[in-house]
Parts: sequence; structure tokens; C-alpha cells
Amino acid sequence: MIRFDDVSKSYPDGTEAVRSFTLEAPTGQTTVLVGSSGCGKTTLLRMVNRMVDPTSGRVWIDDENVADVPPVPLRRRIGYVMQNAGLLPHRKVIDNIATVPLLTGTPKAQAHARAHELMELVGLESSMANRYPDQLSGGQQQRVGVARGLAADPNILLMDEPFGAVDPLVRADLQAELLRIQRELHKTIVFVTHDIAEALALGDQIVILAKGARIAQAGTPQQVVSEPADSFVADFLGLGRGALDLHLRETAGGTLVVDALGRPAGRLADGPGPEA
Amino acid sequence: MNYFSEAIAWILDPANASGPSGVWARCWEHLWYTLLAVVLACVIAIPLGYLVGHTRRGRGLVVVSSGAARALPTLGVVTLVGLVLGIGLVAPMVALVLLAVPSVLAGAYAGIEAIDRRTVDAARAMGMSEWEVLTRVEIPLGLPLLLGGVRSATLQVIATATLAAYVGAGGLGRFLFLGLKTQDYPQMLASALLVVAIALLMEGVFEISERAAARRLHTA
Repeated sequence: MIRFDDVSKSYPDGTEAVRSFTLEAPTGQTTVLVGSSGCGKTTLLRMVNRMVDPTSGRVWIDDENVADVPPVPLRRRIGYVMQNAGLLPHRKVIDNIATVPLLTGTPKAQAHARAHELMELVGLESSMANRYPDQLSGGQQQRVGVARGLAADPNILLMDEPFGAVDPLVRADLQAELLRIQRELHKTIVFVTHDIAEALALGDQIVILAKGARIAQAGTPQQVVSEPADSFVADFLGLGRGALDLHLRETAGGTLVVDALGRPAGRLADGPGPEA
Repeated sequence: MNYFSEAIAWILDPANASGPSGVWARCWEHLWYTLLAVVLACVIAIPLGYLVGHTRRGRGLVVVSSGAARALPTLGVVTLVGLVLGIGLVAPMVALVLLAVPSVLAGAYAGIEAIDRRTVDAARAMGMSEWEVLTRVEIPLGLPLLLGGVRSATLQVIATATLAAYVGAGGLGRFLFLGLKTQDYPQMLASALLVVAIALLMEGVFEISERAAARRLHTA
């Protein structure tokens, strides 16, 4: 469990990135912080691994105040996945993935064996182990980034717009893979995005943020869509423009579900569907 | 063209080739001075450049002072230090190191500054200590630009090391100053040609090593 306890962050020039933010990210679940750029979501994420120290307030991991843990060992036990993967261009894929285990003194053979397992987990062919990041596609690099974040088997995974720089098809693919991996591993994930569709797709808990990291609404995907707290949330979801609206259309072949543009989004099946 | 063929003939003349003041000996001396000056400059400038590049502090100071160092007339420095410390290698070596430091320094800090900030940020976020960020990320990725700095320093030093002979040390400058005093222009030209040859040789060495570094680092 990660708990933000009344944290604020202001900078010497007077800008207040985060103002009195309090939130709990439950163990084994995915909490998505979603908001437009500059709302302080990345700052919040980076407080967990002390890439940013709050000006006031505390961040807790279980019963441990992160401010009491030196940054380097703290970061080594927290997975971090960032936009554009942030891979080391001069290291092979396998060594990029094994970065943290190698830093903590795991024998090379063991670290590489673990890296191979992770490559399989994230859907990378083992033939890519000896390639360099510039020889991979954007989506593949991002998979390496996820594998690297998982290498030290951390309980916590911080993901900062990890799929923001890949094209929509690949993004959907990566999101599905992340859901699959999460069902298997049950990490405590904090995921930052500005894409509401991504938030709805991945989050167990969705936190919609306004400027200064003010919580406009926090709840399950179902709650935020069915009961938006205010017009800010409704606008952010695009409810006013019908962005999330789906309609039923009877056709000769059965009932279709069509989106706001009248394009088929799917087919109506029997029953209420699985719980997310 | 006449001077040219006479200069070539002078270089190829076996009478000038060997002995402690022969062409070969002077070439080695010249290379040795260059190597010494560049190594000394690296010892001073690389740690300083890495410090500036890694911490992103003191860049202004470094730019201003290396700009000032570049503006110093080398012959003036040789003469000045020579007057204080006497003839020999020390005075030209001080001048050559002063000449080489700014380029190496610029290569060292620019190499680090040119790295994508997100790469360094990711390294830190994964839990690398500052020392690990420097040695495992910044230094390897900064290598091509550092090599470029060392390369230009080396070329300047090769060209300028002729001044060592001005205060009684050796090197290819000996032929230059001797030729000047005795109005032996083919000998002067021969000296200049040898300096050019050494410069081209070193260019080749650096070209190969820069390419090898870029290939190995996947930065090209």
C-alpha cells in the first residue's frame, strides 16, 4: 500500500505543483492518476521513489515513511517504467533488463536467466536479447522498459505514461499485456496518463486530477463514468461531447454496439459481462 | 615546386635520417611532447569536465576561463614561462597543456550534456547512485564527444609543439628554427611537411577510434 499523506510540492519560483494531496493506493491494485499535462501527476508519482521530495507531508509505503529510506536502495526495490522507455542505448536488451539486479550484485548468469524469463513474460522473443535499443521498434522498447521495471521483482511498479509514445494499435496491445501481467503478478501499480481511455482500461482505482493535483474524483472506472462528481470530471471524460456514448443498433445479423460516430464498437452479447 | 622537391630530398637524405638529431629522432620527440601535453591536459581537464557536466554547475566559469586560455598567445606563454623557469621542456609543456585543456574540457562536459536527459533520469530512477550514473551512463555515452575534444587538442598541440625548440627543447621545431637562422628554406619546409604528416597520421588514428566508439555505443 502506498499512502500520500497531505503532501505538497512547491518550487522556489513559487509554483505549486501539488497542494495538500492525500490518497491511498491499495496493495496489489492499479491506481491510475489521470489529468492534463501540468496537473502534478508525474510529480506525485516521483514522490514515491524520492525522485521528488515533497515540500511538506509524507509518503508511506506500508508503514515506512519513504523520507527515512535513502533514495538509492529505495529506488532499487521500486520498478519504474517511463515514456520512451528510457533505455540505455549502449547496452544490449538483456543488460538493460538486468540493470537493477546487476547493480545489486546478482551474479550475471542469474540476472540474465531472470531477464530471459521476463522477456518471455512481456512477449519479447529471446532472439532480441542481444540487440541494442535502437534496433527495436517503439513498442518493443516499451516492452523492454516494462521487463526492466519488473527485474528486481519489486512490489511496487511506477509507470509514467509508459505507452504515450507508441501508436494506438501498439498501445492497445501493450495495455492488454499489462492487464495480463498484472493478473499474474498482482503488483501495486501507480500509473500516470493523460489518456482517459487508458485510465478506464487499466485502473482498479481512477484518480482524476485538476491543477495542483486537486482530486476532482477518485473511484472505480464504473463510478467515475456513471457518477461523475462534477462538470470538470464530466468534461474530462468527454461525456458532454458523447465521447464515451455507445448505442445499440439492431441489424439483420444481431444487435451491434456503435460508438458516437455510428461506427461499430462491437456486438451485444448475452448477460451483464464479467466484473472488471 | 623547387623548394618542395628539395624539402622532400632533405627528408629522404640518409644523412639527415638517423642520430639523436636526425629526422626519426625528432619525429619521435615531437610525438612524445604531443602525447605528454595531451595526457597532462586530459588528467586536468577530464575530471573537471565530468564534474561540470554531471553537476551542471560552474559551466559559465569554465567557458569563460577556457575562452581566456584559448586567447593566450602560445609563443608569449612559452617565452614568459621560459624566462621564469629557464630553457628546457617545462616552459613549452606548460604552454602546450594550456593550449590543449580548453578543447578536452569542452569535449568532456559537452559529451555529458549532450546525453538525452531522459536516459540519465531513468538511470537515476532505477536506483543508480550518482557515481554509477557517471561511470555507467554518462562517461560511456559522452565518449564520442570527448574523443572529438582530445582530437582537436592533439592537432593543435602537434602544430604548436614546434615552439618547444624556441626555448632549447627538441622536436621538429629544431629544423624549423635551424632553417630560419641559416636561411635553409628546404629544411624549414621539410620540418613543416613532417608536422603535417604526423597531424594526418593522428587524424587517422582518431577517426578510427571515434568510429569504433560510436559503433560500440550505438550512438551513430
